[in-house]
Amino acid sequence: MSNATLVPEARKISTEPRRSDKVFRGIVTTGGLSSLVILGLIALFLAYRGYEVLQQEGLGFITKAEWAITTDDAGNVLESHFGLSAMLVGTILCSLVAVVIALPISVFSALFLNFYAPNWMKKILIAIVDMMAAFPSILFGIWGFLVLMPSVEYWGKLINKYLGWIPLFEVKPYFFTRSPFVAGVVLAIMIIPIITSVSREIFAQAPLDRIQAAFALGATRWAMIKAVVIPHGRSGVIGGAMLGLGRAMGETVAVYTVLNIVFQINWHVLLGAGGNVASLIILKFGEASPYEIKALMAAGLILFLLTLVVNALANVIVKSTGKSGR
Amino acid sequence: MTTTAVPTKPWAKSPRDRIRDFSFAILAIAFSYAFVGVTAMKGKLAYAAILIIAYALITGVFAFVTRGGPAAKDAVIKSCVAIGAILTVLPIASIIFTVLKNGLPGIHLSMFTNDMSMATPTDPIATGGLLHAITGTLTMVLLALIMSVPIGILTALYLTEISGKFAGPIRFLVQAMSGVPSIVAGLFILSAVLYPITKAYSGLMGALALTILMIPTIARTSEEVLRLIPNDLREAGTALGGTQWRTVAMIVLPAARSGLMTAVILGIARIAGETAPILLLTGGGDKINPNAFNGPMGSLPYYIWKSFNAGSPEALTRAWAGLLVLMVLILILFTAARALSTRKVSK
Repeated sequence: MSNATLVPEARKISTEPRRSDKVFRGIVTTGGLSSLVILGLIALFLAYRGYEVLQQEGLGFITKAEWAITTDDAGNVLESHFGLSAMLVGTILCSLVAVVIALPISVFSALFLNFYAPNWMKKILIAIVDMMAAFPSILFGIWGFLVLMPSVEYWGKLINKYLGWIPLFEVKPYFFTRSPFVAGVVLAIMIIPIITSVSREIFAQAPLDRIQAAFALGATRWAMIKAVVIPHGRSGVIGGAMLGLGRAMGETVAVYTVLNIVFQINWHVLLGAGGNVASLIILKFGEASPYEIKALMAAGLILFLLTLVVNALANVIVKSTGKSGR
Repeated sequence: MTTTAVPTKPWAKSPRDRIRDFSFAILAIAFSYAFVGVTAMKGKLAYAAILIIAYALITGVFAFVTRGGPAAKDAVIKSCVAIGAILTVLPIASIIFTVLKNGLPGIHLSMFTNDMSMATPTDPIATGGLLHAITGTLTMVLLALIMSVPIGILTALYLTEISGKFAGPIRFLVQAMSGVPSIVAGLFILSAVLYPITKAYSGLMGALALTILMIPTIARTSEEVLRLIPNDLREAGTALGGTQWRTVAMIVLPAARSGLMTAVILGIARIAGETAPILLLTGGGDKINPNAFNGPMGSLPYYIWKSFNAGSPEALTRAWAGLLVLMVLILILFTAARALSTRKVSK
């Protein structure tokens, strides 16, 4: 009987993941890539469907304002002009009005939440603001149409009366109903929660030691905010405003209910004629012929690219401020 | 004889301060009434504007007299900040009040047991109901959940557990995806699925569009939740010899359960009232349709939209009642989400 000890074979050490882990990683990575796939497919399909119209209209699709199609009885297209410029101008006008109104209100209320409100009030207000962000746009649209619109029209008349000499506020002919200004106010109410919560989070990241240092030097609350919080959060607030802008640009139902859609470029905010790419799609979809649907797809593509760019810029700006300031 | 030290609070408001603040408010109100009465201005807006300016001025001047320039600026900004907060909350108060006021007359019990197949929106309110809309919305939300929850959570897992070389770009894309307008999601499903494949409106088409809108909400919230799970748990799992798969499935995900529920509920709240893609894709039937794969399907947003556009007083009451039901649904979902996530918030 040999007395030799059994030397176990050296265990192979490897960093190679097991098979179950490989499968797991494969599945998770596939799931993770889905957002890329979906975004790519959206661009691809809208471009594919809209290609014919985009080719037909060329650059005029963006620069012309006319939107008309004539068909014979059999449904063949005789003549068609599709131009998006009035809608694009309207989209930009409405969402800019919204941001101009919403930005100061949101920044002030974010400051209130962070530095003025007592703790119990802060909790309640944050819950309310978050909830408001989840309210559906149809609610804002119908409320805006039936409740808000009469007052906003009156405000519009006031602005026109006292500031009418500024070309932007000119109203000719004298018609205030369903103007881009009304749509802008409704959109402003919809994006206030978004800008408020982004700004609040950015302000909350303001370095505490500097805040305390400012108070220790005898600063009033406003002096502290001006010296510490605003330099820290400025670009984050701009990013938040751009997120709101992106949201306002893509808004459909709320704008459609309050806006008078006219296919004419109109830069006068208070005049009751405007446009919005998303609302155009809802407006024309019901009775659209197959060829016009293609034009709507192309319009959707333009809207998609526009919001994508605005959102991407906003995210880059917000992210870059999260780290800075220290 | 012993004396007990009573802590003083020199920063607390004394009764005199309170009386002073109160009298300032009264003064501002009185001033605004007087000013509006004397000048040609009229209306609620004028009162509000003058009141705000008057209050800011009075407190500002008082601070300037007692404590100097910087204090005056501080007082004026304080009023501005309070106004900002009021203007943020005012619309939501008005919305809730209006929906309750206009919606409650339209609520009756039989509306939860009837559909609109035998009634038009302009009929008296007692006929018909919105059962088809509620079942339709629930069906579509359920279908969207089945599709979006796995994708959303897998995306979040990729970002937190694997965080491979695509993590940065994917986080960016998910953010970008959350900004996709709902109408574009609708058009996409229209062009990619409805026209080439099914060629008919159905609940499934609506659910597909809702899925696209829901994925980013679920993915972002889940990512935040998974990030809060302490790394010790993952290391403990690995130290016990677990593979990554078992660590994630048996330790990380169960630990994050309530947070993931919150993510799902927030996703539902985001899409429950989504209108634009529903208008494009579902066809909006007036009858209960249990089959999401075939035939037009009603839903709450479509019901509200249709009633609102019918225009008669009865139809408008219907629309408000529908809005009330939708709002209550979202409020319930939101409260549930907050209740589930209190642990996360109180951290």
